[in-house]
Amino acid sequence: MSILVNKDTRLLVQGFTGREATFHSEQMIAYGGQVVGGVVPGKGGSSHLGRPVFNTVADAVKATGANASVVFVPPAFAAEAVMEAADAGLALVVCITEGIPAVDMVKAWQFLQTKPATRLIGPNCPGIITPGECKIGIMPGHIHKPGPVGVVSRSGTLTYEAVGQLSALGIGQTTCIGIGGDPIIGTNHTDSIRLFNEDPKTEAIVMIGEIGGNAEEMAAAYVKEHVRKPVIGFIAGQTAPPGRRMGHAGAIISGGSGKASDKIKAMEEAGIIVCPTPADMGERVKAALKL
Amino acid sequence: MKIHEYQAKEILARYGVPVPRGRMASTVDEAEEIARDLGGRVVVKAQIHAGGRGKGGGVKLADGRDAAREAAQKILGMTLVTHQTGLEGRLVQRLLVEETLPIVKELYLGIVLDRGTGLPVVMASPAGGMDIEEVAAKTPELIFKEAFAPGTGLMGWQARKLAFSLGLPNEAISAAVKTIMALAKAWVEMDCSLAEVNPLVLTAGNGIVALDAKISFDDNALYRHKDVVELRDLGEEDPLEVEASKFGLNYIKLDGNVACMVNGAGLAMATMDIIKWAGGSPANFLDVGGGANKDQIGNAFHILLADPNVKAILINIFGGILRCDVLAAGVVDAARALDVKVPIVIRMEGTNVEIGRQILADSGLNFTVAQGMRDAAEKVVALAA
Repeated sequence: MSILVNKDTRLLVQGFTGREATFHSEQMIAYGGQVVGGVVPGKGGSSHLGRPVFNTVADAVKATGANASVVFVPPAFAAEAVMEAADAGLALVVCITEGIPAVDMVKAWQFLQTKPATRLIGPNCPGIITPGECKIGIMPGHIHKPGPVGVVSRSGTLTYEAVGQLSALGIGQTTCIGIGGDPIIGTNHTDSIRLFNEDPKTEAIVMIGEIGGNAEEMAAAYVKEHVRKPVIGFIAGQTAPPGRRMGHAGAIISGGSGKASDKIKAMEEAGIIVCPTPADMGERVKAALKL
Repeated sequence: MKIHEYQAKEILARYGVPVPRGRMASTVDEAEEIARDLGGRVVVKAQIHAGGRGKGGGVKLADGRDAAREAAQKILGMTLVTHQTGLEGRLVQRLLVEETLPIVKELYLGIVLDRGTGLPVVMASPAGGMDIEEVAAKTPELIFKEAFAPGTGLMGWQARKLAFSLGLPNEAISAAVKTIMALAKAWVEMDCSLAEVNPLVLTAGNGIVALDAKISFDDNALYRHKDVVELRDLGEEDPLEVEASKFGLNYIKLDGNVACMVNGAGLAMATMDIIKWAGGSPANFLDVGGGANKDQIGNAFHILLADPNVKAILINIFGGILRCDVLAAGVVDAARALDVKVPIVIRMEGTNVEIGRQILADSGLNFTVAQGMRDAAEKVVALAA
């Protein structure tokens, strides 16, 4: 089992013919996922990587029966692409694009409230993968392996770091979600942890956070209340100076809130095993699963 | 991106937020001239991108042009240290000279993006002139909030609710409502991440005026505000950070001696953390991004080595799709071209990692190859000591 994506996921690529989209679509196809087509306004009727291209998401859904999309559209148009995908009724929209203006995302987020059937992952994220079944996004597929651990993280390469450690120890993953580094994201830590908690195959959850906002504190409260599976956590940015944006738009300590120490405290109080360094993630999971 | 108070006031005035009469001065003569034009008592304010200027001696009242000249002489060119500048302070190169007003009451008005609801929220408080975080911690009941959707904008009734919560006389309500609406419109249209007026003041004639103003912009939206980009004051930024931004590198200078070069923001923060854990002190945050190619690695070396505190460099790349042999060749070329003398510890993961390690070992350069992040951090901290 897994969450959100599996071998039956039928994926569209928005912005299909772009350079990045082409490269990563090839990788997603090579991983074995069902990429059923793409959307590029004005290029409808053509074909790319052996898949049909459509002018609109609605056309693509009608012709292919797609139920998910991945957005590789440039930042100025990406929020709109997310809304178009939701309007076409897709159950899952994964937005990889980094650099979307916050006001555009606020508008898209408001629109998504009227489309409860659609879940957005991202933006500014590596995507989601169910090892051995379906990879949506830009993560390196080969470091993953199927197994019992669910991984959720705001950061891309730090997720790969965790997954790399797990796989090296022979511990596979049910699903790994990169939820994104922006202040407004479609799926947060709590949403992901709830899904992993309800997934019978997920035996432990790795939760990776970073400075900025209070999503980790909210997730910790959820874990305390509802989760009996082991949760292993790490928070990046313990040495980050306040008031500076650390790469991700959402990674900033502002007005005394969003500090790593507050998140770690909340997580520890919720019974989450917080790793002192990022090098400990794999070993702590191993210990928690008594492997 | 941050801008100066005088620039923020110019923008807010365009949207209908009342601001005091005044202008920016970059010389003592200009300051005197503005004071003369304004007449009467003026205030001379240092323009730096940090708060707490008054306590640091960067804000002075002056009666008439001579006094204004004297105040300008004292403030211009001073290194102003406040709780937000760090110990090194900031050089004051610009002043704002403004009229003074008969203040009856100081209020707070600000707009930020609330991550929880995904909406901008207007915050208003009768406890103005103080640090709003302090107000929020000590007397949260004195902060009133209204969230709004950028599409429809802040509604008149929301602005009225806020205005009435400020304890203003009825004669000032209409002006306060207009000011709140104007700030909300500016926040959305100018793609602000923060728009703050602290204090917003009630004057003796029941006027509402923005006595101070602070705006920072959403960097992701700057592409649609060319006029805002022109307001950037490079003098307020660290020179190395300015240089790094030209190469598209995400670099933040810190005060340690272990430099790091990492792909991805989260891993870069985690690398800083583990350097600290290993007993060292990170010299910087640096995310070289996904395409860590030879040119970009060279640019990154160039920036890291320009910091004289750096005693050792840790390169931590989780390649994944990126091939480690290509990465290693790039590191060797860049290190050779720049004649890098400080020890370099490299930790990399990804495709062809063995070939990559061999390339580093065969290069004859001062590389230490590490296995995993803990090993890398311990090695680099030992080399920097």
